[in-house]
Formats: sequence, structure tokens, C-alpha cells
Amino acid sequence: MNLMTDLMPAGAEIFLLVMACVILIADLLVKQNGNLVTYMLVQLTLMGCALITVGTHVNGVSHVMHNMFVDDLMSDVLKLLTYLSISMMLVYSRLYLTVRGLFSGEFMVLTLFATLGMMVMISAYHFLTLYLGLELLSLSLYAMVALQRDSAVATEAAMKYFILGALASGLLLYGMSLLYGATGSLELGAVSNAILSGNANKTLLVLGLVFVVSGLSFKLGVVPFHMWLPDVYHGAPTAMTMLIGSAPKLAAFAFVARVLVEGLQPLMQHWSGMLIILAIASMALGNITAIAQTNLKRMFAYSTIAHMGFLLLGFISGDIEGYSSSMFYAVIYVLMSLGAFGMIMLLSRAGFEADEITDFKGLNQRNPWLAFIMLLLMFSMAGVPPTVGFYAKFSVLNAVVQSGHVWLAVVAVLLSLIGAFYYLRIVKLMYFDAPESHAPIVFGPDTTLLISVNGLGVLLLGLLPGTLMSVCAVSVQQSLMLH
Amino acid sequence: MFFGLPIISVAIWLPILFGVLVLATGDDKNAPLARILAMVGSLLGFLVTIPLYTGFVRDTSEMQFVEMHSWISRFNIHYHLGVDGISVLFILLTSFFTPIVVLAGWQVIEKRVAQYMASFLIMSGIMIGVFAALDAVLFYVFWEAMLIPMFLIIGVWGGANRVYAAVKFFLYTLLGSLLMLVALIYLYNQTGGSFEILDFHQVVIPMSAQILIFIAFFFAFAVKVPMFPVHTWLPDAHVEAPTGGSVILAAIMLKVGAYGFLRFSMPIAPDASHHLAGVMIALSLIAVVYIGLVALTQTDMKKLVAYSSISHMGFVTLGFFIFNSNGMEGALLQMISHGFVSGALFLCIGVLYDRMHSRNIADYGGVANKMPVFAAFFMLFAMANSGLPGTSGFVGEFMVILGAVKANFWYAFAAASTLVFGAAYTLWMYKRVIFGAVANHHVSELTDLTLREKAIFAVLALTVLGMGLYPLPFSEILHVSVNDLLVHVARSKLPL
Repeated sequence: MNLMTDLMPAGAEIFLLVMACVILIADLLVKQNGNLVTYMLVQLTLMGCALITVGTHVNGVSHVMHNMFVDDLMSDVLKLLTYLSISMMLVYSRLYLTVRGLFSGEFMVLTLFATLGMMVMISAYHFLTLYLGLELLSLSLYAMVALQRDSAVATEAAMKYFILGALASGLLLYGMSLLYGATGSLELGAVSNAILSGNANKTLLVLGLVFVVSGLSFKLGVVPFHMWLPDVYHGAPTAMTMLIGSAPKLAAFAFVARVLVEGLQPLMQHWSGMLIILAIASMALGNITAIAQTNLKRMFAYSTIAHMGFLLLGFISGDIEGYSSSMFYAVIYVLMSLGAFGMIMLLSRAGFEADEITDFKGLNQRNPWLAFIMLLLMFSMAGVPPTVGFYAKFSVLNAVVQSGHVWLAVVAVLLSLIGAFYYLRIVKLMYFDAPESHAPIVFGPDTTLLISVNGLGVLLLGLLPGTLMSVCAVSVQQSLMLH
Repeated sequence: MFFGLPIISVAIWLPILFGVLVLATGDDKNAPLARILAMVGSLLGFLVTIPLYTGFVRDTSEMQFVEMHSWISRFNIHYHLGVDGISVLFILLTSFFTPIVVLAGWQVIEKRVAQYMASFLIMSGIMIGVFAALDAVLFYVFWEAMLIPMFLIIGVWGGANRVYAAVKFFLYTLLGSLLMLVALIYLYNQTGGSFEILDFHQVVIPMSAQILIFIAFFFAFAVKVPMFPVHTWLPDAHVEAPTGGSVILAAIMLKVGAYGFLRFSMPIAPDASHHLAGVMIALSLIAVVYIGLVALTQTDMKKLVAYSSISHMGFVTLGFFIFNSNGMEGALLQMISHGFVSGALFLCIGVLYDRMHSRNIADYGGVANKMPVFAAFFMLFAMANSGLPGTSGFVGEFMVILGAVKANFWYAFAAASTLVFGAAYTLWMYKRVIFGAVANHHVSELTDLTLREKAIFAVLALTVLGMGLYPLPFSEILHVSVNDLLVHVARSKLPL
């Protein structure tokens, strides 16, 4: 195979890497007149990546670079959504970070490297590529959390994140090495074939699987591997929390789909049982603990745990229906999460983080439009129609029922009822209580527009969810190889 | 379709559109504009539903005015609307009450007027959607969407303990709905990929599954009705809600639950319905008798009418689960009548509350001396609530009792006690509030009804009397659909 056809599918990754280096240098030169130039360059880079991804799209699945890298419809869709959410994240956080003196070239370059990590994860077809992408993402995120050097909380969060993240990577690597030992390959397709052939040592495989699932759970933040998540969400500057809480979930979905479905589908009877336990524990602990939180970012951290549990439910059915519902869930979750953290940043100002839930008191009287957007986001997270959060839950539940686990669907809805309470509390504070502060809410036209689009998107997608659902279904169907 | 117009869609979306317009008028500086827009929207909303009545074909149980478009193709979900004899009257009831509620809040609501009016308009469209949806997911979306405006109405404009009531209301009803969602998804998989409610009616289901489905639906609908053990949210919500909220709750939202039994529980799980009929009848009779007694002891007027509503709705579920046409038609007529009567009673209490800011019976006495016109209207509605012949309240209760006698004498005996208790608590309250000497100087300062209030009460009084004296225009619409439903429910759906 010639070099060009081998490199074409990875065009966007290469472009991004080049641009990240260019921006790193360019930032030194344009330092004087602020970071606006760098910022625009980053946005243009993301746009360029999107164009390349669309431009190099070919029908079907192409495995390149000795089957280490895969380009298929699912990866293209997920990458486009990743660019979009990173770009939104930058718009939301520009003012917030500028005020805090964190809107630097380093921040933006790290963002780009994190993006690159996610892209590699999404397109990986080999344990090593997966690991590479994951580490690139994680290392960038560790650094970003620690970017606010004079904040003790942020530093502590970064340390926690780093140590636990490193531990998780270790588990994952160990699991991969066991699988390698059992199957003699690191390439997902070959691993799958080796298991199917029946020659692999079953005990070794399952042991490896346990470690891999543990590693994945660490990265997803599901119970009992969730300890780092609340502290990191809470301690990191909100912009970083937004980054951690949004696009990486798409990559995490791809990661789980590649490893468990493309690589280890023959072991489904083993991992689906594990996922059921992880999912129930996450939904229970996440939803119940979130009620007790007074800090909004912490509350969202526990809510993320619950959402990730719900997302995993889609996988247990072990069919296309389930995987596409999980993908849909991930996409919707990212959309809602961006809006929610965007709102926190919008309400905060210099020296004031609007991250206590009481900071939302009486928002309806201070700014009815923002309150309405937040209302939509909260009801969407709770899964109340006509917002799109309902369809995310609906499609996962459908997959669960279809696979015969009606009881599990009942458990899931009861736990999300508990979850509805704390989202409702935010609405209650905004609409029923009197405001504590009357400080004007300052924000630029770009963030206003974006948060409006984001909030109304949750409603409009809720009225017409069909297209996005079909996109997820088709891309999963065309991409994941089921054995 | 009617003159090429998709009437039901217009009836749903027109009020919602006006609701958005009203919201756009912004803060309270533009309150007059918001009120007028809301009035225009709600009146137009009522006018567009009239063809549903006039154009309704009485001698078929087929769905009419059907609209069907593909909505979410991946799950074979359709935007499918239509009405039969069971649902059409409730749509009219909903659109009829929206202008009344707007008018009732005309002066009383002073803060966040636009949001208040918009909530009711949007709610009206959503509730019509619930009654007209023929696709289970569409139904569920409307069903749940109803919660959001109601939650805000209670929480923002309600009384002192409004937050507790709003949250309780929301979580109670959400619990029921979520279980129903699982049941709907299960049925989708049983029918082989259809969310059509009419397909659900045909699917064969084993007994054990039928019972579980029935229970899931029971949670959703019984909470809304509300039936005896899950009724506790209602008195709280009613007491704390603003007048308009109470009216919509009592007149329409309670009916949504009962409607669910007819559209879902009974035709989808007929064998389970028969199997569990004893339980349902027992719960209904407990509601009728026990809650009737509870109403007797209330000192708060709104609470009293709220308990009276629960007791009357017990009658409705009793009528459903004795499975004969007298009972079911009576129950449906009772639902319509209760809509008018309880709505009117809450408006009456609202009139007093606006003037005195108290709902305590003890704070009143001798109101008739100061408000004779009001006292006359209130008398009529109180009589209708106790089921006096000649008022709408009598027709439904009488038919249900008639049906109950056919099923079992003792059912009828227990149910008939409501005629005694109902008269007792309503008239006793009436006596304490209206008659006697003027109780205190607040009462002596009361002024009689304004023209706006007189207009509202006159319309309601005419309806209540009209329906009581000549119920045929209502019952003829129900007749064929009810009989068809009874035939359907009598057939077993167990696998052979």
C-alpha cells in the first residue's frame, strides 16, 4: 500500500498536530496583542479539521497503518462532534479564562493536544493506538487542571487526577498485556478472531477482561472507580471541568465500543454482567449522592457518574440497537453538559465562581432568558420530554427492554426519578426563590448566542430527534464489526 | 381534516404559539398586552375546537379527524392524532376552560403576568395533545410535558407552602409516568415494532405480563386521578396553587388519569383489568366513602373541594371497573360534569380569596348579606357538587349508581352514600361561609362580583344547568365508543 492512501484517513490528525506546533510558535510571536489571534487560529484549525474529515470521508471501513488505525463513519461522526464541542468550549470559556489570566497559548495548545488524543482514541483499532490516544488526552488534561498554579484546590485536583489516572492506565495496560498473552495479538480484529477460534486460554482472557473493564471504568468514572471525578470537577477551573465533562465522553464511548465490541464481543456474556453491576452502582450512587451536594460542579460530577452508568446500559444488550443508543446518549450528554457548565461560566465574573447551587437563586428575576435556557437543560438532564434528554434515556431503555432485561429498565427509571429531584431543585431555586445578589450578568454576544442555541437545541432536538438518532444508528451499523 | 385544516394540530399548536408570543412580551411593563394576547389566543383556541364537536360522526367508534405523519422513523414513531367519542369531549372541556382561567387571573395576577398566562396557554395545547395522541410516545411526550408548566404555576404563583407542593406534585407524577414508559417500551417490543396505541389494543399478552403492565399503568394514572392511596399530593397542590392552577388541575388534569384507564389499561390488559377489578372497585369505594368523610372535617375551603374531587373521581373509577355501559357512560359524564362543577367551585373560592386572602371557613360567615349575586351562583355550584337533580352532577352519579346496582347491590349502596356525604360537606361549608350574621368587619367590607366575574360564572352556570337538564348532546357522543370499548374489554387477550 502506498504511503498516501495510508495517510489520507489520518489527514485530520496530521493537520491538527502540525497546526498545534505552529500555534505553539505563533503564540510566542503575537504575545503582545493578546491571545485573540491564537484563539482565532485554534478555531480555524478545528474548522479545517472538520473540512478534512468530511473531505476524506469514504464509504465503508478502511483499516490503515497495519490495522492500527481505522476510518469509518462512526469515527468521522464522533470526530466532527468532538471538534464542535471543543470549539463551543473555547467560546464559552474565553471570557472566563481571560478574566482569570488563564487564557494563554499553553491552554489552547493543550486543548488541541487533548483533541488530538481524543481523535486517536476514536480511530484506534489496536490496543497500543488506543493507549496512546488515551495517554495523550489524559496528560493534556492533567496539565490543564493544574494550569491555575496558585490555586491549592486546583493543584490538589490535578494531583488526584494524575495519580488515579496513572493507576487506571496501569490496570488497562496490564489487562491488555494479559489479552495479548492469551491471543497473541494487540490488533482488535485479530484478538476477536483468536477468541472466536477457541484456542485462547479462557481464564487468562477473562482475567485480562476484568482489568481492561476496570481501566475503562476509571476513565469513564463509573462506580466503584469514580473517586477522582467529584474532586477534579470541583477543583478544576470551570472551563477545564467543561472540557473534561464534554468531548472526552465521546472518545470514551468510542473507546468502550472499540475494545468491548470490536475486540471482545465474543466475551460479551462476561462483560455484560460486569457492566450491569457497574451501571446500577453508578446510577444509584451518582443520583443519591448528588442530592447531598451544595456545590454545583460537584453535583454535576455525581450526575455525570449517573449518566455514564446509564450510557453503559446501552452496551449490555450486545447489539447494534444498544450501541447506537449509547452513542446517542453520549452525544446528547455532551450537548447538555456543555450548556450546563457554560451557564456556570456565564454567571461567574472576576473573583466570583457561580458554582454554588444557591448562586442560581432567583435567576428568573435577574435574567428570565438564561433561566429558561437552564430550565431546558435541567429538564433535559432529568429526562423529561419534550427535551432531548428524554429520547436519550428512551432509546437506551428500549435497548435494555429489547434484550429482555425489563427489571433493569425498571431499576434505571426508578434511579433516574431520584435524579430528577436535584435537577428540579435548580429549577426551583431559579424560579421560586428570590435572588441573593443583583450583580449584573456580564457576557459577550458570542456566548449569549451560543448558550441560546445550545439550550434551544436541546428543545428542538427533543421535538425532532429522528435525524440524530438515525445518524447514530447508521454510523454504528456501518462501523462496528459484530462477530 | 375539516375544510382541509388539520383541526387537532391547530387546536394543539395555536395556544402554544400564542403562549410563546405572550412570553415574548417580556416583563410586567407590558402586562396589559400579555393579557389581551392570552385572551385572544385562548378564545381562538376554543373556537378552533368547535368543529370537532359539530363535525363529529356519532355512529362510529373509529378515530376521526385523524392526522398521521412519520415523526421518528428509527423507532417507527408517528405524529398520529385523532379523536373518538371518549376523547373529543375532553378536548372541548380543555379549550373551554382556558379562556376562563385567563379571565380569572386577569387582575389577580400582578407579578410575571406574561409567564403566568403563557404557562396556561402552553398547558392547554399540551393537554389537548394528551387527549388526541394515538401514538404512545407522542402521548408520553405530551403527558410529561404537562408537568413542567404545572410545576411552575404552582411553584411561582402559589401560596405559602408552594415549593413543597410543587416538588411533591412533580415527583409523585413522574414516578408513575416512568413506570408507564417501561410498559410502553415493553409493548413496543411485543407488537413487533409499533407504538400505535390501537396496535397495543390488539396484541396478545400472557396474564402475568398483563398484570405487570396494568400495575405500571395503574401507577401513572392512579396518581393523576388520584385514587385512594396515592392521592396525598392533590390537597397540597390544590391548596397552594393559584386559582387558575386549581381550576385546571381539577377540571382537566384529573381527567387525564381517568382517560388513561380507558385508553390504555383496560383495552391493553383486559384480562388483568377483570382480574384486578375487585381491588380497583375497593379503592374507588374507599375514595368515595372515606375521603368523603375526610372532606367533612376540613377547615380550609380549598382543601375541602380538593377532597371532594378525590371522592368524586372515586365514582368515576368505580364506573369504569364495573364494566357495564351505564357505569362507564355515567363515569364519563361525571368526569365532564365534575370538570365544570369543581372548576366553578375553585373559582368561587378564588373570588373570596382575592377579597379576603383567607381560605379558612372560620373567617367567613354571612357573605350573602354583602355578595348576594355571588351567593346565588355559589349555591348552584354547591348543589351541583352534591348531585342535586337538574344539575349536571346528578346525571353521572345516577348512572354510575344504576350501573353499580347491576353489578352488585352493595357497591351501589356504598357509592350512594356519597349523595349524603357530598351534600353534607358541601352544604355545610356553604352554610358556614354564606349564611348567618356578618362574621367580622372584613366580611362587611366585601364587594359583590364584578362584571368579569359575573360573565365567567354565568357561562359556567348555564353549562351546569344545561347539562343537568338535557345531557343528550354529551351522552350521544360517547355512546358508540363506550359500547365498542366494552365489547373489546370483554374479549380475552390471553395467548391460546
